[in-house]
Amino acid sequence: MKLTSLTLALSLAGAAAMAGEVAPKAVQYGEYGEVSASLTGVAGDAASGAVIAGTKSKGNCVACHQVSALADVPFHGEIGPSLDGAGDRWSEEELRGLVANAKMTFEGTMMPAFYKVDGFIRPGDAYTGDAGAEPLPPILTAQEIEDVVAFLATLKEE
Amino acid sequence: MNKKAITAIAAVLALPMAAGAGPDDDTLVVNEEIEMVTKAAAPAHIADAVDEIMSGWHFRKDETQALQMDDFENPAMIFVDQALDAWNTVEGTEGKSCASCHDDVEESMKGVRAVYPKWSEAAGEVRTLNMQINDCRENHMGAEKWKYTGGKMSAMEALISVQSRGLPVNVAIDGPAQSAWEKGKEMYYTRTGQLELSCANCHEDNYGNMIRADHLSQGQINGFPVYRLKNTKLNTAHARFKGCVRDTRAETYKPGSADFVALELYVASRGNGLSVEAPSVRN
Ligand code: HEC
Ligand code: HEC
Repeated sequence: MKLTSLTLALSLAGAAAMAGEVAPKAVQYGEYGEVSASLTGVAGDAASGAVIAGTKSKGNCVACHQVSALADVPFHGEIGPSLDGAGDRWSEEELRGLVANAKMTFEGTMMPAFYKVDGFIRPGDAYTGDAGAEPLPPILTAQEIEDVVAFLATLKEE
Repeated sequence: MNKKAITAIAAVLALPMAAGAGPDDDTLVVNEEIEMVTKAAAPAHIADAVDEIMSGWHFRKDETQALQMDDFENPAMIFVDQALDAWNTVEGTEGKSCASCHDDVEESMKGVRAVYPKWSEAAGEVRTLNMQINDCRENHMGAEKWKYTGGKMSAMEALISVQSRGLPVNVAIDGPAQSAWEKGKEMYYTRTGQLELSCANCHEDNYGNMIRADHLSQGQINGFPVYRLKNTKLNTAHARFKGCVRDTRAETYKPGSADFVALELYVASRGNGLSVEAPSVRN
């Protein structure tokens, strides 16, 4: 493939949802905020999810949560509950809903929605401080959400 | 509430307190002379939300705190010295310096910082100290205005603020200032950007907690302008606001805009009763 068409193919993949992917606005939340269907149909990769959860430019979950499984990542926050044991407390469906949009489970929670693209006040262009045009890209992609969910499911108490 | 949410809360309570969590109980005396009020009962207009107001100084490490206790150690004082030169320097078409109209800064500027931002009858708007400085430059000196968050501006702001050190912040929130104050209050509680976070989420609901490597304070501005070890210069309140709004993945406001002036008035009023501490030192 020529370089130009390769770039085009990549940018299309980035912009539009991949085939078979559930777009942010199409996600079906249940009564308690749970999401039953996988966002991609591809099983999540827990190892990749652990990296996403600990990476500042990705999930940055450790900004607010203590996670013993990520002890090698420096500085865990104290804003939300410890995620240790989250895999015991919540089902996969519930975890998917929590990561995609925790406000559907906990009304008014401080936890950001990682798979939401519009309805914001003064939406910005990532961390530039400039205005961003809605729909914004979601903070995490569908597969990244599935990976984080797979990682959370491994967090069991002893 | 469902059972799981209760479990989650129990999990938080069971979490051991991280080292250094919460504000400390140290006492701030500058130059072994100026005793600062760094904790006080919340002013009536925020008493429904917070019991006690606290300087950001309490949330910093001992080494950083120490830098603010002695002017010889405080890296911000060099800028105060530079501003004293500027105070006496004639500039602009009118052949005047600040001193031409205001004489000795130690006399004329005592108490000024403590009541800013404040309503300006002449201008018919709420003005920050920085706006007033630029108004003097343009209209009384015929000199160019300074960049709102620039080095010359923050240094002059620091020089004027030093004359009020130890005096209680006491900005007026009623009368003609009230509508700006209401607007600032609304901004303080509005959840902006893709992260949908408000000032209150971090600085009212979570002060004392760590957010990643940062120890959240109440976001008070009694110590502004602030010298930050991170960028080794004086930082204005509006520059700090800008950074915090940007960090919510939002479109920020402009320093010096009517929006940030309103927000500054509101945030300053949350510190009514704390001592003016500027220039303070932060990481
Ligand atoms: C800005 C803060 C913040 C960030 C960032 C954040 N969370 Fe949360 N999270 C919270 C808060 C606060 C709660 C508690 C819910 C409530 O009552 O509001 C919570 C709750 C949860 C829960 C349920 C807790 C339990 O164990 O019962 C899970 C699971 C969770 N978060 C996962 C994540 C993951 C995964 C990420 C990153 C992809 C993340 N969070 C990022 C603040 C945050
Ligand atoms: C996502 C969390 C977050 C949000 C939202 C936020 N801030 Fe901050 N802010 C911080 C952190 C972290 C610091 C550095 C540590 C500290 O002093 O709290 C800080 C520092 C400050 C300081 C400096 C305090 C000092 O003593 O040096 C001020 C003032 C401030 N914030 C005001 C605001 C205002 C006003 C808003 C809303 C427009 C806001 N912040 C929103 C996280 C936040």
